[in-house]
Amino acid sequence: MVTIPAESRKSAHIRLTLNAEPVEVSFVPYKTLLEVLREDLGHTGTKHGCELGECGACAVLVDDKPVLSCLLLALECDGRNVLTVEGLASNGMLHPLQEAFANLGAAQCGYCTPAILVTAKALLDENPSPTRDQIRQALSGNLCRCTGYLQIFEAVEEAVMKIAEQKKISGRAV
Amino acid sequence: MAESEKPSNPTADCRNACQDDLRVIGVPRRRVDARAKVTGQTRFADDVTFPRMAYCKLLRSPHAHARIRKIDTSRALAYPGVYLVLTGKDVPIEYGILPVSQDEQALCVDHVRHVGDPLAAVIAREELTAFEALDLIDVEYEILPPICDPEDALANPEPRIHAYGEEGNIHKRVSLAFGEVEQGFAEADEVFEDIFFYQGNTHLPIEQHAAVAIKDPDGKLTIWSSTQTPHYLHRALAKVLEMPPAHIRVIATPNGGGFGGKSDPFQHEIVVAKAALLLDRPVKICLTREEVFYCHRGRHPVLMKFKTGVKNDGTITGIHLQTLIDGGAYGSYGVASTFYTGALQTTTYHVPRYRFEGCRTFTNKPPCGPKRGHGTVQPRFGQEVQLDKIAEKLSLDPALLRLRIVESSDTVTANFLRLGTVNLAECIRRVVERSGWNEKFRKLPEGRGVGLACSAYLTGAGLPIYWNKMPHSGVQLKLDRGGGVTVFCGSSEIGQGSDDVLASIVAEILGLDTFDIRIYTGDTDLGPVDLGSYSSRVTLMAGNAAIQAAERARDLLSTAVAERWTVPKERLRFADKHVFDSAAPEKSVTFAEAVSLAEARLGTIGTVGSYTPPESPAHYKGGGVGPSPTYSYSAAVVEVVVNPLTGWLNIPTIWIAHDIGRALNPELARGQVIGSVYMGLGEALMEEQKFRRLPKKLSHALVHKFPSMLEYKSPTSLDMPDVVVDLIEEPDPRGPYGAKEVGQGPLLPIMPAVANAVYDAVGVRIDEVPVTPEKIVKALAEKKAGRFPRFGPSHFPQIEWPEPLRVPPPWEGGDGNAVNKPARQKKPPTQRENVLTS
Repeated sequence: MVTIPAESRKSAHIRLTLNAEPVEVSFVPYKTLLEVLREDLGHTGTKHGCELGECGACAVLVDDKPVLSCLLLALECDGRNVLTVEGLASNGMLHPLQEAFANLGAAQCGYCTPAILVTAKALLDENPSPTRDQIRQALSGNLCRCTGYLQIFEAVEEAVMKIAEQKKISGRAV
Repeated sequence: MAESEKPSNPTADCRNACQDDLRVIGVPRRRVDARAKVTGQTRFADDVTFPRMAYCKLLRSPHAHARIRKIDTSRALAYPGVYLVLTGKDVPIEYGILPVSQDEQALCVDHVRHVGDPLAAVIAREELTAFEALDLIDVEYEILPPICDPEDALANPEPRIHAYGEEGNIHKRVSLAFGEVEQGFAEADEVFEDIFFYQGNTHLPIEQHAAVAIKDPDGKLTIWSSTQTPHYLHRALAKVLEMPPAHIRVIATPNGGGFGGKSDPFQHEIVVAKAALLLDRPVKICLTREEVFYCHRGRHPVLMKFKTGVKNDGTITGIHLQTLIDGGAYGSYGVASTFYTGALQTTTYHVPRYRFEGCRTFTNKPPCGPKRGHGTVQPRFGQEVQLDKIAEKLSLDPALLRLRIVESSDTVTANFLRLGTVNLAECIRRVVERSGWNEKFRKLPEGRGVGLACSAYLTGAGLPIYWNKMPHSGVQLKLDRGGGVTVFCGSSEIGQGSDDVLASIVAEILGLDTFDIRIYTGDTDLGPVDLGSYSSRVTLMAGNAAIQAAERARDLLSTAVAERWTVPKERLRFADKHVFDSAAPEKSVTFAEAVSLAEARLGTIGTVGSYTPPESPAHYKGGGVGPSPTYSYSAAVVEVVVNPLTGWLNIPTIWIAHDIGRALNPELARGQVIGSVYMGLGEALMEEQKFRRLPKKLSHALVHKFPSMLEYKSPTSLDMPDVVVDLIEEPDPRGPYGAKEVGQGPLLPIMPAVANAVYDAVGVRIDEVPVTPEKIVKALAEKKAGRFPRFGPSHFPQIEWPEPLRVPPPWEGGDGNAVNKPARQKKPPTQRENVLTS
């Protein structure tokens, strides 16, 4: 009989909602959510910088909360709702955070950007008008070596204003 | 929020166009690659995958210094899922970034020189299999005593880490004399002598190095890699793999941060290339974070001795600088780094006589190399802190002192660096005004203080890494009859915005929007050579090449349109995706029509442009390091709050002014300044690449103290102060649209400004980087005990310096050549290292 190396046996199987789409995936049981996203689901937007939970580059939202996907076994994600950077834009329109990050120089090399964007989204979903200190606090687990963070804070603040304006407009429309 | 571009209105905007106003350059814009970055679509090296792809892992030495007696790979090869095991004998040819330091092997053959030095590789179907199989490689080592630091290296010529170099474990010694510095000291009213130490630190890009190699269907080789220097990698691969460069394609993927750490050709790149060729299948490697610490090539630890003579008014009469450099285990850029520790001392203030001696030693630690500010950061710290001490002794305000002695534009310095525009004085005035310096300096309450420092940096190295007379950068343009323009250039985008520079220049000249431009960079097959993203060279060099290519394209189009309209082509203007007749602005054709006319008239439209830096007046040996087409200048004021009990430092605000010539995209330029300040602050306060010996009962190995991101401290969003940025814009004729560099220079003044601010706050001198609370507390204890309130190195070891190369400065009639020929020191006969066989 042909022996398949243990690490090639995709014996684990879960269903989850990924960026608002139901998906099913088989994978090697020891894999982290990060690895399954990148390697088994082709979602390479989520990055890694240490795979030890130190840099924050792999953050995704699991049930709306920022989670380091390198520290979470994919097996624990059965039935859960995962949002990655690929799910931020909708109907061909960038999320206000993405617009602001692009316009205001908040992404230089762009490697830490996906995780910072989803972490900032979690913050704004919970607190639509955060102070700069609250923004600093929320992003303190995401290391960025290029920007010195200031343009990231400015972009989050810009997005806060844009989202508030949108809400005002859509509120009026209703 | 609409993503679509703003519809252009040619007639309404024509008047502006006809006035030749800049419409793209100098306007804060979304960078061309921003959308890819915020949607997660930027394809970094580890995002590149292929069917049938195998994974590679490297076996790295657990010993700092050892001979390899024997390697047995048979158990690893027999492990299920393993395709291939490589050792040093499969890739034995030595390589290295500098032609004078070809001292690396992709896998060590018989000698490992630091913990983490790779000696074998496993390529397997799965990454985990490869990792597991590393344990099955049996290696017999003969452990050698490690050389731990430069003083150790000076004291112990044996065991030699390399069989080449000056002698023993000294890699490189440099001795240069520009005028009689002793005469300068004799003329001085005061002579200051200070010793400083600058600890090493690392780049810590968030992206770990990764590479994927494939054997192309036609049998050639392609490699995708997170490299800043695809051209140099191309050369190293050709050498080690013994293949014609024409059969190798290097694609530099956008780097997830570089900062100099991805500028050398690396072992893992060569190994996956070799494996892909042997296996005829794609092979990928992605380094772990720990491995990134072992690749290093970061800031050299440098011990410095500054002797400076000054007149009572602050005028400098002479500087004598000595540097002792911890190079780590390989050459890397080290010879250049050694020269750089002495190159730029003359560029900020007028120095009539200058003597420099530098010594780089090998040690059994990961190799040091170029990090943002390459080699100039450490002596800049010493120089600026010493100036602060000088100002105090002379009872002069440090800002005023500097304003008195700043160097002027278009000067040739004592060591024959030709300066471009120098707006350092304006930088100083700006930060003094913005920070309220005059109300704060020596006036804030105990525990609070301000410090000032300045710096200069190259806008591109004047000479290439390997000697040649070819251009440093080339740009090729292809114009499409549909109105599209494609830019091809060998430059590599490492986050600094080099693609945006190319797009904005081409768009400006051809009257287009940056969104109309397609950019192909970092690909050795597609684009002409650009030497790479190092030495802050890309904006100036690729930018000037882009100007030439775009102006040639504009000329071709003008010729065809002018002929059609029978008007002189000088009358034509390019703007808003149209070509206008400036004498009759209602007359226009679209850009696409203009291309079609030109194609019909002249054939397929493509142009090239290239850039070669001007020849340097420094003709002496060693004069190749330091010249640049022009230099950027920065001044910074840092405010600190120091807790006198704990030494804890808090920095509320930093003011910085940067002489940039012109900001091509002010949004990005500001980002580069803040990013530099951030990285400088990390170095000033916390970042250390530190080593320790394991206990004797363990292996007693010399190991990296904390090869992890958690323990290698770097500033988080909570640590970052407010930064007030001023860009000083006086266009430099040497730069594209007057632009000078911005990616490295603003880092340099931060560390000394922090140390100077600590002195203003609590009256203690920290002559060492990083400036940690622990050191402040120790210095405060000294102060309390009535001793000298200082923390820093106490001695500079005796080094046998060679006879200096004497180069009279320009004002002493020097022509840039040396006037003596120092006898070369007799070297011990070079012994080929014995290849130990089993």
